[in-house]
Amino acid sequence: MGKETQLIVSTCFHCGDSLPNSVISFDDKNFCCVGCKGVYELLSQNNLCDYYELADKPGLSLKNPVSKVKFNFLDDDQIQRQLLQYRDDKISRITFHMPTMHCSSCIWLLENLYKLDKGVKNSRVDFLRKQLSITFDHNHSSLRQIVELLSGLGYEPSLNLNDLEGKKKQQNSNRLLYQLGVAGFGFGNIMLISFPEYFGLDSFSSSYLSKLFGFLNMGLALPVFLYSAQDYFISAYRSLRKGVVNIDFPLALGILVMFTRSSYEVITHSGIGFFDTLAGLVFFLLLGKWVQQRTIDTLSFERDYKSYFPVAVSVLQNTKETTVPVTQLKIGDRIIIRNNEIIPADSILLKGSAQIDFSFVTGENDPIEKVLGEVIYAGGRQVGSSIELEVCKTVSQSYLTQLWNSEHFAKDQQSSIQSFQSIVSRYFTFALLIIAFASAAFWFWFDPSRSLNAFTAVLIIACPCALALSSPFALGNSLRMLGRSKFYLKSPDIVEKMAKVDHLVFDKTGTITQAAESGIHYFGDPLSGLQRNWVKAVCGNSVHPLSKKIAGFLPETDSIKYLIENYQEHAGKGISATINHVAIQIGSATYLQIQQDKNADVLATRVYVAFDGNCAGYFEITQAYREGLSALVGNLSNTYQLSLLSGDNDSERERLLQVFPKNAQMLFNMSPSEKMLYIHQLRESGAKVAMLGDGLNDAGALKVADLGISITENTAHFSPGSDVIMDATGFEKLGNYFKYAKSTLGVIHASFVISLLYNIFGLSFAVQGLLSPIIAAILMPISSISVILFTTVSTYLFAKKNRLF
Amino acid sequence: MKIMFLLIGCSLVMALGFLIAFIWSVKNGQMEDDYTPSVRILFEDKPVKEDTEEK
Repeated sequence: MGKETQLIVSTCFHCGDSLPNSVISFDDKNFCCVGCKGVYELLSQNNLCDYYELADKPGLSLKNPVSKVKFNFLDDDQIQRQLLQYRDDKISRITFHMPTMHCSSCIWLLENLYKLDKGVKNSRVDFLRKQLSITFDHNHSSLRQIVELLSGLGYEPSLNLNDLEGKKKQQNSNRLLYQLGVAGFGFGNIMLISFPEYFGLDSFSSSYLSKLFGFLNMGLALPVFLYSAQDYFISAYRSLRKGVVNIDFPLALGILVMFTRSSYEVITHSGIGFFDTLAGLVFFLLLGKWVQQRTIDTLSFERDYKSYFPVAVSVLQNTKETTVPVTQLKIGDRIIIRNNEIIPADSILLKGSAQIDFSFVTGENDPIEKVLGEVIYAGGRQVGSSIELEVCKTVSQSYLTQLWNSEHFAKDQQSSIQSFQSIVSRYFTFALLIIAFASAAFWFWFDPSRSLNAFTAVLIIACPCALALSSPFALGNSLRMLGRSKFYLKSPDIVEKMAKVDHLVFDKTGTITQAAESGIHYFGDPLSGLQRNWVKAVCGNSVHPLSKKIAGFLPETDSIKYLIENYQEHAGKGISATINHVAIQIGSATYLQIQQDKNADVLATRVYVAFDGNCAGYFEITQAYREGLSALVGNLSNTYQLSLLSGDNDSERERLLQVFPKNAQMLFNMSPSEKMLYIHQLRESGAKVAMLGDGLNDAGALKVADLGISITENTAHFSPGSDVIMDATGFEKLGNYFKYAKSTLGVIHASFVISLLYNIFGLSFAVQGLLSPIIAAILMPISSISVILFTTVSTYLFAKKNRLF
Repeated sequence: MKIMFLLIGCSLVMALGFLIAFIWSVKNGQMEDDYTPSVRILFEDKPVKEDTEEK
């Protein structure tokens, strides 16, 4: 009795989780919970069991089923109208974002949705964007039914406030593709037509065909010049009006000169012109732009609080529950928040036991207990049973929203770090113009007929194509390399900022300490092997983070499974259960009615254990520093000035002093605004500051710093104001990331030297007024391709060298 | 050399055809998602057919 031998198949057939004590069997298959079994049943009834063959254990665990009433708000006409992309009297179309999509089985199942619901006409997955577009007959199945079906399968679409505000279509990227297509078309054909000229067929150049080919080239180059290259002219014009010279200016100038001179040559029959170089140049430039855009597209980074707030919330009106869009919440409304729902507005707790997980706001994972009458700030997530709250501030007035909307977020702070390209392009342009005018003046003196020729040739050959390509390719590539290592940058130019940072500021809690793997020790009467197993079994049943930690701490001694009886979880207090007729209580001191130790470490949490009412001892869970912290700090302190800011008191100063070097600043009891001020002062004194923090507490500081890095256990978390989101697992490698950024900058410098060498070589012809179209036509693609190859290969090699992956 | 006119005309028409095909494919959304179709093509409907035959 009470024993159950371990089964050979010890994982759930649906989701692959390990099986709990009580196994649910169906169709000779084992499931971990009713939810998983339900999905299997549904799929097998509809002949959709292919789902399990396409990938191993593809299912998503359904241990925490979604509440029945959760999606009632989708029946609201106003909300529907905002969510649906298209609607007529028969058909509706909607695109969901689906974060849980993860394998080919998901694609298959989601695209076969019509077999489960006859109302679905068509469903299409975009795996990389994790989107599902569904066309459905809303007379047959309502939007709510479809969403319920999806979340019943484990694919709960994320519906949030952001979705209500409409989506921007990606017109822009299509336009770039058209431009690229036209430029490629022009490039290829002009090259083809120019071949006779390249081979210098003398008999050919005199014939009428030569003239015809010249005009053909001009015709082909015209759309490239007018359509494909237009963005460069616009950008150059805009920056000139602002009094700045950017890289697009010499490019636009080169393109313009090339086209005019070539057209003149063709019309006056004095030559064939540089149309091939022109089209090739534009083609390569657009290619670089396209690479850049694709890199940015893959990072959907700009998230604000709106993408986390729910669309609607349950409101109690005269004891009846209705669903109201959060934007229409009024002060005094009574709202019901269920397990795992986010509190949309600051409110007062009226009923129920609140365990609020503020990881969304503060980055700390452990839920905080709130008592009745306490104000709970918006953004917290309830863990456990449902609670009832009274709204005391509207969504737009809530603490989080206020913080978000404060001026520090509104104005985009200008970083003092300028990109290499913008510095270079300024000097480059002036040098270029000086050489062009100098050679024009020189020839005007000696041989006026060559003057204009030399002037234009300089502008043509020195067109900084390779330079313009080196940055997007090098930065884009290193962005991808860093992304593979779970270090996500907001935009490519952040790499350059990283390379120039000289002062690192760490936040303490959640940044250098880690909640997930805290230190845990047992004090008190030694536990027997049997008792240990009991405690482990009981804790294993609870989802509370402390229970999970204790269960993970206790060693796995045998595979015997115990029958747990009378299992009860008292939210916020502890758990009780009976195993083998022994009553076991695990929980806080107040729950077990034990005197609290006054001298206990503030940072430590104690969980007491009692058998049959006798307290045996307690587990002490302390915050631990992240693995590799001292090695990392030792490493970084050689090159960087370090600071540590903490919102807590200085009880940990001694411990931290062992880790941080003597010259590092350590400040305690810092409020968020003091942190911000500190960083601001550092910047005023000329330091290039990178701030490492997490959560909204540090958001201001992250924003003010030249580089804000937010560290998170879960990259899907809200990280406002940061330039970089970093997965906590990569914390040890932080030094490598910074080194890699420096190497990337080195690659850009080197590729700039390469392109400069090409330019000097070309210029030596150009200033003599001897530039032939062939030289230009050979030099331009070679320089571009070699720079692309160089940057791509070397950024990859540096990533290997710095052990990014 | 008169044949050159014809040849050039042909080559340009072909190239233009490809350009139009490219523009059409972009418009059609073929450039939006370059991963999912590669997975989708491997799915087969076989088990469903078998089952309906049995029934």
